[in-house]
Amino acid sequence: MNIKDKIKKIIVKKPLKLDCGETIVEYPLAYETYGKLNEKKDNAILVFHALTGDQFASGTNPITKKQGWWSYVIGPSKALDTNKFFVICSNVIGGCMGSFGPGNINPKTNKEFGTDFPVITINDMVNAQYNLLDFFKIDKLHSVIGGSMGGMQVLQFVANFPNKTKTAIPIACTASHSAQNIAFNELGRQSIMADVNWKNGNYSYLNSSPDKGLAVARMAAHITYLSKKGLQEKFGRKLQEKDDLNFSFDADFQIESYLRYQGSMFVDRFDANSYLYITRAMDYFDLVKQYNGNLSKAFENSKTKFFIISFTSDWLYPTAENKEIVIALNASGAEVGFIEIISDKGHDSFLLDVPEFLKTVKNFLDANY
Amino acid sequence: MKKEFQIISELIENNTRVLDVGCGDGILMKYLKDQKKVDTRGLEISKKKVQICISKGLTVIEGNAEEDLKQFPNSSFNYVILSQTLQAFYDPEKVIDNLLNVADKAIITIPNFGYWKVRLDLLIKGTMPVTKNLPDEWYNTPNLHMCTIKDFFNFCSKKKIKLFKSLALHGEKISEINNLNLNWKNLSSELGIFLIEKQNESRNHTLS
Repeated sequence: MNIKDKIKKIIVKKPLKLDCGETIVEYPLAYETYGKLNEKKDNAILVFHALTGDQFASGTNPITKKQGWWSYVIGPSKALDTNKFFVICSNVIGGCMGSFGPGNINPKTNKEFGTDFPVITINDMVNAQYNLLDFFKIDKLHSVIGGSMGGMQVLQFVANFPNKTKTAIPIACTASHSAQNIAFNELGRQSIMADVNWKNGNYSYLNSSPDKGLAVARMAAHITYLSKKGLQEKFGRKLQEKDDLNFSFDADFQIESYLRYQGSMFVDRFDANSYLYITRAMDYFDLVKQYNGNLSKAFENSKTKFFIISFTSDWLYPTAENKEIVIALNASGAEVGFIEIISDKGHDSFLLDVPEFLKTVKNFLDANY
Repeated sequence: MKKEFQIISELIENNTRVLDVGCGDGILMKYLKDQKKVDTRGLEISKKKVQICISKGLTVIEGNAEEDLKQFPNSSFNYVILSQTLQAFYDPEKVIDNLLNVADKAIITIPNFGYWKVRLDLLIKGTMPVTKNLPDEWYNTPNLHMCTIKDFFNFCSKKKIKLFKSLALHGEKISEINNLNLNWKNLSSELGIFLIEKQNESRNHTLS
């Protein structure tokens, strides 16, 4: 059995007009579920993943054999309690874990799309994933939740479908990608494009993918997910398996070795072109502009109960940007709660074992069920 | 639920929208939500207390009244509650102004610095008063602008704020405050509870 056969997918028949103008039809959307959908079909939670995530949010990812990216959050008795809730997570379009992406075969050329794949947006991702509600015959979700790019999808989902979810939990995100965020993403993209193996996106997936460029992109991005204090405490100036400096460009410091490891692990599971497309979608995300400069308008028709969470040491999507969403929601008269969680783990806090965060999400979901 | 909250909840009509500023662990909010079908929101500075509110299913924003009140649109609530926190703000005057912007009516309670035990503490002992309602020492109190019931009364008249209801609380005993008994209530009460409303400016104009 092909390993990719372990990926569940729906083929979406309904045409989707993308923001770039192109229309896609009969495209695959890969998904995974946890827990059971109850008879009333009112216990479903749609989880949106971040830049490098996928549908395997919990348990063991059958492709990478690693723990799902949100294993701390999803599972029996956990924050997203699978004894109670039916959790759905799907791979975004543009991704590389089974959903329609640049690695798919272009029927016109019989080769991978590569950079012939249409540029997609957060709006497109959300519209594609909405088809899962039809597929599971769910009229209204209990919640939509996600961190970082997942949080952006939460905001877009409620803006597009104001009354399709009872609650919404955007975590560590923004309503409008900042110049700094775009700059970091551009750094990653340029690093991929500078790799000779990238070949304008027409690389062969099996033989010579731009691994070096993608690894450097990941290393740079990884730094932005952590905090200075967290890095200092974990690594400081500790040396990697040696007593003294090597006077060379080997990985003398533990932090160097750690980043190199993160880069090398990443290329095994992620496609460089997907990285380009998804970071582009994040950069194009500007819900404020979508609603002509008034973010409140995005939520004015919604009865969804919001709960926004930020982290003290997150400098990539800082508390101030999360609070702008709170302010817009208040201005539109929406029901919104907010808390900033104390953590020195940086932006990555939402993916890690931060008990205060896990408890908060659990309390909110349980109290509103 | 403490007597103060009982009195506040009696001042609030059913099926209204209420913002509780400094909502603490949400006891009053929960009561209003469950018993009076009130659509409640809270603003609370303590992360720990916000957590408690969330676990009760209450909608609370972690924030500070001095910075975060202005994000609510004008008149977006029927009532705003400020229980025993006015004295802890840098700029209480501005906070009251903002309270009356976000809601039609504000319910403000103040620990009365004119209470006889407080006065006696200072008079006899010559030290800063420490009482049930003012439990902190001078060096660790969050209170910056203490006032008396009479001060608040005078403040409202000076600022042309309409006093809808003025109540004095001593232990479990509740009484109305008026111009005639003001000095006595100012001496005998631990807590003042006021329901205030912004004087309609245009109406003021036609009167003068």
